[in-house]
Amino acid sequence: MGMTITEKILAAHAGKDRVEPGELINCKVDVVLGNDITAPVAIKEFEKIGVPDVFDKEKVVLIPDHFTPNKDIKSAEQAKILRDFAKKQGLTNYFEVGRMGIEHCLLPEQGIVLPGDAVIGADSHTCTYGALGAFSTGVGSTDMAAGMASGEVWFKVPGSIKFVFNGEKLNEWVSGKDLILYAIGDIGVDGALYEAMEFTGSAISNLSMDGRFTMANMAIEAGGKNGIIAPDQTTIDYVESRAKRPYKVYRSDDDAKYERVIEYDVADIEPQVAFPHLPENTRPISEVGTVEIDQVVIGSCTNGRMEDLRIAAKVLQGHEVHPDVRLVIFPGTQAIYKQAMKEGLFEIFVDAGASVSTPTCGPCLGGHMGILAKGERAIATTNRNFVGRMGHPESEVYLSNPAVAAASAILGRIAGPEEVD
Amino acid sequence: MEFQGRVWKFGADVDTDAIIPARYLNTSDPAELAKHCMEDADPEFPNKVKTGDIIVAQKNFGCGSSREHAPICIKAAGVSCVIAKSFARIFYRNSFNIGLPILESPEAVDNIDEGDEVKVDVDNGIIYNLTKGASFKSTAIPPFMQELIDSGGLINYVRRRLNR
Repeated sequence: MGMTITEKILAAHAGKDRVEPGELINCKVDVVLGNDITAPVAIKEFEKIGVPDVFDKEKVVLIPDHFTPNKDIKSAEQAKILRDFAKKQGLTNYFEVGRMGIEHCLLPEQGIVLPGDAVIGADSHTCTYGALGAFSTGVGSTDMAAGMASGEVWFKVPGSIKFVFNGEKLNEWVSGKDLILYAIGDIGVDGALYEAMEFTGSAISNLSMDGRFTMANMAIEAGGKNGIIAPDQTTIDYVESRAKRPYKVYRSDDDAKYERVIEYDVADIEPQVAFPHLPENTRPISEVGTVEIDQVVIGSCTNGRMEDLRIAAKVLQGHEVHPDVRLVIFPGTQAIYKQAMKEGLFEIFVDAGASVSTPTCGPCLGGHMGILAKGERAIATTNRNFVGRMGHPESEVYLSNPAVAAASAILGRIAGPEEVD
Repeated sequence: MEFQGRVWKFGADVDTDAIIPARYLNTSDPAELAKHCMEDADPEFPNKVKTGDIIVAQKNFGCGSSREHAPICIKAAGVSCVIAKSFARIFYRNSFNIGLPILESPEAVDNIDEGDEVKVDVDNGIIYNLTKGASFKSTAIPPFMQELIDSGGLINYVRRRLNR
């Protein structure tokens, strides 16, 4: 019996020839990640273990990105715990405000995560790196602490669900965001609980790296342990110039065993909108009806990459944001910020009446930089639309791709880009 | 380990933002976090909950973010254990790691109402609804998780391994 890509990576990191779903393994990790919310708790727990140093100064990555630039005194204290720890431990991969990015945009961009890696991060969207053909999953602070000390983590080997996206060409304005929202809408927010979600098919082969990151990023929104896409030439082209160490390409065997195989035809998939208050409440854009909005957020670890900003600019060019709407755009990293500036995208955004922020997770989790008041409604390219996610418990969040978000900003209601002249 | 307390019942897919909204995550102090426990699911919960009380919820409890602040604030609010039809995986790991007892039992969830008095025998995985006079079995805790519990949590387990 063959193995899936997830099983192969886990077996290799557990020093075994093969592993089976359900098996408990102790696994070596290539990267341990934390941010300004989760790492302070992890650092406190790390200090209880009683080892002086982290297992590897290059493999522990700390990024203050959630409440930074520091939103208040308490947040400043939290961020300082990371800074002090990074200095004391001599960590290579600590990224300060002004040189940083939203963690899940930054790590692939900097070549810190590579194909074949096993990665844990104290952030649920750590599953993003599965787009590179790595096994990557979110954990809590205590797991992060144990990982920082030992370089190991225990896992139950997940079963795998194979998603096959058939069809050569996506419909107009459809992106990776719509494919993953469609799948979550189909299987539900616990449809892949504890499982690996493996994305395959001709539509995935044709998808850009940015689109693949978006898809793997939202595996957690279906309860998945990881999302994963086997590396191909698109992956290698992305990784080659960034990698500073060797990496290994794994692919699922033809006779690998799956818990389920789910097939979609991308011809059936329109741009999707997830209604409050769960990512599974999806509707195609043609069935949204009239939903007026107060705020639009374009960015985040889900959709804050170059392709996303270019699409938003394409829709916004020559238009103005609706008078009753605030449009907040936040690029994923400093490099993306600079590239967007170079391409003239910021001019388009600012001329349209949008605000452009330094990279931060801020508005996505209702931290800062764009909080909603009671009764307000937002459409966002982010990943969650839970109750109170972006502010007041009686506010509402709708999720979409960047094209729909940009069109909605212009029209003041949720709308597809073809409605914009 | 045995607990007894009054039940607070919640629905399906209670997410970590409902358990502890991100607006309070600029601290990791358990007592501070406890003041806002379950606030966006039930604003009165932090005032109503008493030490020993039990949370009972439908499927996929704790979905969403990896914030360990979620089980930390539930524990710090005095909740003795959480019973649900299923748990989201990161919340499940985190609960074991910080020592918040959690039990899976769809049958118990279907037969416990808000306000019921419930006794939980964690070691044997038995849930007694004292109000209704019924008992239910919870899904067995995997042996490795039991080893973690017996070691006094993940940090003690790792400390012992690394200092061996």
